[in-house]
Amino acid sequence: MPRNRTARTAVLGVSVRRPAEGKPSTRTTAAARRRLVVGGLVVLSLVLVTISFREDGDGPVASTQNAAAAVLRPFQVAADRVAEPFRDAYRWADGLFGARSDAARLEKENETLRQQVVESRLAERENERLRRLLGYLNGPRFPEGYRGLATAVLARPAGAYAQSIVIAAGRNDGVRVDDPVVTQDGLVGKVSRTSSRTARVTLLTDDQSAASALDVETDAFGIVRPGNGPRAPLRLDRVPKEARVRPGDTIVTSGWSSPRLSSLYPRGIRIGRVTSVGRTDTDLYTQVQVTPFADLSALESVLVLIPKERETS
Amino acid sequence: MLVAAVVQVTVLTGIRVLGAEPDLLLVTIVCVALVAGSLPGAIAGFAGGLAVDVMTLGTLGTTSILLTLAGYWAGRYGETTGRGRSYAPPLAAFAISLLAGIGGVTLHFLIGQPVSAREALVVAAPSAVLAAVLALGVHPVCRAFVGAPDALDGARQVELV
Repeated sequence: MPRNRTARTAVLGVSVRRPAEGKPSTRTTAAARRRLVVGGLVVLSLVLVTISFREDGDGPVASTQNAAAAVLRPFQVAADRVAEPFRDAYRWADGLFGARSDAARLEKENETLRQQVVESRLAERENERLRRLLGYLNGPRFPEGYRGLATAVLARPAGAYAQSIVIAAGRNDGVRVDDPVVTQDGLVGKVSRTSSRTARVTLLTDDQSAASALDVETDAFGIVRPGNGPRAPLRLDRVPKEARVRPGDTIVTSGWSSPRLSSLYPRGIRIGRVTSVGRTDTDLYTQVQVTPFADLSALESVLVLIPKERETS
Repeated sequence: MLVAAVVQVTVLTGIRVLGAEPDLLLVTIVCVALVAGSLPGAIAGFAGGLAVDVMTLGTLGTTSILLTLAGYWAGRYGETTGRGRSYAPPLAAFAISLLAGIGGVTLHFLIGQPVSAREALVVAAPSAVLAAVLALGVHPVCRAFVGAPDALDGARQVELV
């Protein structure tokens, strides 16, 4: 049996030649050549990357690249021109398919922007109101001995018989029952109930409300009570007949005090303007109708007057 | 290969189909490698990558190194496990497209170019699916142009060790 034939091939009778010893087979040579070429291409790529970086755009490799790009340019232009109609068609179809989703998206975006505009306007108005409150807080009309706590109105009167509001400040903020509540325009009412975070304010127009007041022009005293209708929300009661109250006079809180008792409201808070004065022979007092300075039907933010002496004690 | 490179650079760049970017050049190289073998695949990858780098006036060698390895790997797959399998072209195109996407991001990051890995990875998966679909159409064309797979020639060689 020849040396280059195995026992198996001899038995099977297949004529297969073994590779000669010391010489690589065809397959091994092909694999080595393949690896060599691939390795060479990878190394060549790395060399090109390195040279491209080192040349910084003005070396021989860059020049060659520019020249090659110039040679390939006509092919690119031709391909671009051929593809242009197809690209336009693709864009048209793509735009058609995307139009519905675009419309829905834009509609949603529009809705969001509208909401933002509304919120922005509300914030602007809120800002203006707070500025006016701040101006009142720091102005000469603000009563001495009190700290102003600015707060938002959470709930307004639900009907004609509910003359109270709910504010966003409570016991935790130092608010107590009977604390006066004002705006920059004038007196609003007093705190009638408190919780930890909120408080109820009874308005001047409530049947239970009353505030001692005086006419700034004539010094006529009286008690401000709820009026008889929407055209005259308040009335100045108990004004003597001899008092010369006239329409247009300004009514403010009188703020009386004695050694043991004092008025709930500090002196000098504006309440309203006299709109009509009536006297009859049978009445004991002059009938004075008053329109409040503060718009009690559209309150958005108010100031709670907290006595400083209570905070110090 | 030049035609595929020109079409890729001129026509297909910037086109997105359902979030995927078609890579005709990569698919062509994969199919050529499957039909012709790893060595022609690697050479085709190098040539195609070089053409892209030249036409885009990019850093020479970055695309060619990726496509060289892609062609070689696809060719080896075609010569061994994937030989005669009907699913080999889409499978190879899918896998190599994914790997090429990741490799491209890595390579460009290593050479200091601005890349967004998140964006590349988001596009990579649908692009790989699209590459698999493209391979179904490109493979018969490559087969018709290049001819019967050389890899099958190897089957006729019997060697006993």
